[in-house]
Amino acid sequence: MITSLSWLKNHLATKANLNQIAERLTEIGLEVENIKSSNDNLDNFIVCKIIKSQKHPNADKLKLCDVDTGSGNLVKVVCGAQNARDGLFSVYAPPSAVIPKTNMKLKIAKIRGIESHGMLCSGYELNESSNKEGIIELNKKEKNIGDKYFKNIGEKTMDIAITPNRPDCLGVLGIARDLASSGLGKLKKQPRIKINQKFKSPIKVSIKKEKDQGCGIFGSVYIKNVQNKESPNWLKKRIISLGLKPISAIVDATNYVMFDLNRPLHAYDADKIDQEIIVRNSKKGESFKALDNKKYTLQNNMCAISDKSGVLGLGGIIGGTRSGTEFSTKNILLESAYFFPSLIRKTSKILNIDTDAKYRFERGIDPDSIKLGLELGMCMILDICGGEASKFSIVGKIKDERKIIDLEQEKFSKVIGFPIVSAEIKKILFSLGCSLRMSGKKIKVLPPTWRPDIKEDIDLIEELTRIKGYDKIPLINPEKENIKDTLNHKQKLFHFVQRSVSSKGFTEAVTWSFTDSKTDILFSELKSEIKLSNPISSDLDVLRSSLYSNLIISAKKNIHRNFEDLMLFEIGPVFKGTKPGEQSTMISAIKTGKYSRKNWIEKERNFDVFDIKNDALKTLNEIGINNLKIVVSNKTKKWYHPGRSGLLSLGSTGGPELAYFGEIHPSIIKRLDLRTENVLGFEIFLDNIPESRKKIREAKPQFIVSDYQKVFRDFAFVIDEKYSSGEIINLVQKVDNELIKVVKIFDIYQGDNIDSGKKSIAFNVTLEPRDKTLSDNDIDQISKKIISVVQETTGATLRS
Amino acid sequence: MENFNQIESNILNKIKNVNDRNSYDSIKTEIFGKKGIITELFKKIGSLNQSEKKEYASKLNSLKTKITEILEKKLTDFNQSEINKKLENEKIDVTLPGRTYFAGKIHPVSQVIDEVTSIFSEIGFSVEDGPDVENEYYNFSALNTPENHPARDMHDTFYLDRSKDLLLRTHTSPVQIRTMLKSKPPFKIIAPGRTYRHDSDKTHSPMFHQLEGLHVDKNISMGHLKGCLYYFVKKFFEVEKVKIRFRPSHFPFTEPSAEVDIGYKIHNGKIKIGEGDKWLEILGCGMVHPKVLKNVKVNPNQYQGYAFGVGIDRLAMLKYEINDLRAFFESDIRWLEFYGFDPLDVPTNYRGLSR
Repeated sequence: MITSLSWLKNHLATKANLNQIAERLTEIGLEVENIKSSNDNLDNFIVCKIIKSQKHPNADKLKLCDVDTGSGNLVKVVCGAQNARDGLFSVYAPPSAVIPKTNMKLKIAKIRGIESHGMLCSGYELNESSNKEGIIELNKKEKNIGDKYFKNIGEKTMDIAITPNRPDCLGVLGIARDLASSGLGKLKKQPRIKINQKFKSPIKVSIKKEKDQGCGIFGSVYIKNVQNKESPNWLKKRIISLGLKPISAIVDATNYVMFDLNRPLHAYDADKIDQEIIVRNSKKGESFKALDNKKYTLQNNMCAISDKSGVLGLGGIIGGTRSGTEFSTKNILLESAYFFPSLIRKTSKILNIDTDAKYRFERGIDPDSIKLGLELGMCMILDICGGEASKFSIVGKIKDERKIIDLEQEKFSKVIGFPIVSAEIKKILFSLGCSLRMSGKKIKVLPPTWRPDIKEDIDLIEELTRIKGYDKIPLINPEKENIKDTLNHKQKLFHFVQRSVSSKGFTEAVTWSFTDSKTDILFSELKSEIKLSNPISSDLDVLRSSLYSNLIISAKKNIHRNFEDLMLFEIGPVFKGTKPGEQSTMISAIKTGKYSRKNWIEKERNFDVFDIKNDALKTLNEIGINNLKIVVSNKTKKWYHPGRSGLLSLGSTGGPELAYFGEIHPSIIKRLDLRTENVLGFEIFLDNIPESRKKIREAKPQFIVSDYQKVFRDFAFVIDEKYSSGEIINLVQKVDNELIKVVKIFDIYQGDNIDSGKKSIAFNVTLEPRDKTLSDNDIDQISKKIISVVQETTGATLRS
Repeated sequence: MENFNQIESNILNKIKNVNDRNSYDSIKTEIFGKKGIITELFKKIGSLNQSEKKEYASKLNSLKTKITEILEKKLTDFNQSEINKKLENEKIDVTLPGRTYFAGKIHPVSQVIDEVTSIFSEIGFSVEDGPDVENEYYNFSALNTPENHPARDMHDTFYLDRSKDLLLRTHTSPVQIRTMLKSKPPFKIIAPGRTYRHDSDKTHSPMFHQLEGLHVDKNISMGHLKGCLYYFVKKFFEVEKVKIRFRPSHFPFTEPSAEVDIGYKIHNGKIKIGEGDKWLEILGCGMVHPKVLKNVKVNPNQYQGYAFGVGIDRLAMLKYEINDLRAFFESDIRWLEFYGFDPLDVPTNYRGLSR
């Protein structure tokens, strides 16, 4: 909502200056977003003439224009409009001008290699029309070149952010009332002007009784023999200060009343109305051409203001061109009506129309303002355009929905934290327009008709606090007492694992929960993807079902920028369905490229599966899973290299899945054009990590160390290649779980001297006796046992 | 009796010529070996008479001690010079770079969530979370924002179905509803998390992060809200004094509602929080609307309290001087490493929130 000091002073007697008023408005909840002298920028826009327009040498759809701006030299401007042509008068904005629609500041810029000094403007860019096509075409003469396009003497205006609960402040009167209530002036009573209204309006108005009728009251006055013209200067200035363009006295007057009283009006050319006005529900397929020059085709049950020939306009939203006023209009019908907010909102959403009237009606207009609006509108039109006014016709009635609210004085201090005396309550609420009555300790309050937001006592308490000032609220220091633990198990796990993975060298990325369906499908096992109905762009069209999707898209961007050795991770939700809760928390990490590159001391090598496997295992250990309980198997998912990936599960191969790890499938790397040889990754299912029933200190066994020498023995076998190293380690370990502490594989070989289909495996066994030093004989015994178990189970032969 | 002086000078002469380990070993054998000079002298003791024995033994022993000491010194010198030689040979260029070492980083959003959690943990809040996909009821209706309410225009919503029942939550406020529905008052919770709005430009990203706060008990007033937020802002920005302004505003789920601005100034091109005469909006808050309490079966005549919502990304931008919101989610490794935090740098109260 835009207003100025002089306009406010129409309703408010005050000595305060603009800055004091702006500060107070912000303090009482009408936030002043900025104060601007409207002409500073608008002065930049100049009437110009295109002297010559030719095709841009480097672009088919652009033109290069020589423009006369009245400065003596021609200016080169690049323009994309179809209608830019030799001899056209239009509007020129120089570099440093700010385009009203987009708030973009112009700069001298090269467009396809040619410098453009400013631009030629469309009506859309100047907030004058919704038509984006083409630049403004002016009917001007040579002598006008260089004139300011906006004729405006700038008074400073305030732009006030009005919250949706305050429709009354979408009019200057409402803002003045709040200021008066806060003590910054006195609300002026508007003098009533007596007008002789002798005759009855010749246009009959009826509101059809039907379900979902959007119109509650339709008030109108017929004014005959008017002479429509340009508005007087004072009115034009007001209209321009709102960011609107003056059109004609009749239209400007209706706009003025809308912004002054928050009372939308509509003026019809009465001679274009076919017999009578019928307010009725529309029928599907009916259409009309609206004042924004667009044709709208209606659905059933929209509030149509119509006559015998059809729809004239949409009630409370937009009028139609068929009954629009012109300079030649002789007789008018001025409408002041009440339309129900929810129906206005529904219709405008379906048709995608946004107008100042719609914005107001959907928030709730004072149903009692119908006559007031007619009076002010009528007076202005009679004053400027002359003519004779009929009696008011007011059709329809709506139920007064207001309820008397009981307000208890103590409740204020209980909720807000400081006391207020009842005299002050009465004074503030009265100044806001409430009617008050004492009833014992309670104050009975009837809110004014223009405040549909005040429904219960808490709303009144807010009013009182707002006017008293939020700075009066005391500051009560917080208590430092916890009623429960800050984090639960899952949250602790989240925070711990995040830093655990990061400490291994992975950098955390936070990516969007949505992703590109074409990438996500490569990492998904869902039957159907989770599509957004209204994605922000076509490559962010689904909720991710894997963290890999965005991590790999991110990796690609970095690799293409020549950052090829990467370690990235993300922790967050992945989605399994469209219902709330059908998501799980994962942590996934990827590494690409080389472990070390161009290092004098290390051999260059790519990251490999054993790097990523270790990262995953170590992370699981750190979050509290005993290494002995983690089983590694070669079970895998389709997005991994089938021979270079595996599963870490809990307890057994079929146990709860803790994590998958491995090399990402080479065909995915190729398909996504990652330009790297290798991507390694792991994904940990945090929801599958069990909560330990015991603290670590409770789960630890007693501390026992052996005083006896430990002994190492090496073994080497030739064995069928189908046996995995994990199986051999398990086999050996089980020979004597007490005595055998560690089994380390230190060599694997296939090739010369080994039959095909076989491999040589060498391992080192650590024996740690508990109760005595091992004798040569003891060591021999256990060694023989290890050899025989391996041989018998796998058919291996001992290598000499 | 033997001339010990003569023997001593003979031996010392021999030792003098020793200049490597081999000659040292042979001299040692020559003196102390089975048939060595000193050994032979000791063998004689048995054949001496009592009167000579004492003096002879005493002289021999002191000779032995002296020679032993000289030899030991010689040995130490040899060892030392061997080590010195070794050191000389082993010299390397330590300015050469070392082996590969990996250091990861924590994203600023995560770091700020941990900072904020640490602050609120100190004053008794616990953490709750809720789903990213919500239904219309939890995101809007239960929060006193019925359909066709203009306040919904401020939440450009992502939908998952045509009937517009399933959506991505536009704020963390639905966690209030879920928390209050699943247990009984008092409630004192924060809820950080991802939120989504159909909006994308320099200051808006289709996904961002919010922190919800809720404190409901029998006597929690707007004064408590003010105290809590002052405490929070002071702790978070790690400043002693802070200028804060509570400004009336409107949210359907709180009444009275407020927006909170903090004072700042630009000093040498950098933003300084807490002083100055400029205002920056950082959060929205208010007293929980009685209708919201009724919706979650909490008696508004018995319980009351406050709620607030802060933009986490915005807090991170202000505290760590990050300009572009969109860069948070672009995963440019240069940005992540520049603005990221060491994983060991866990925000805590006792160690200070940030380094």
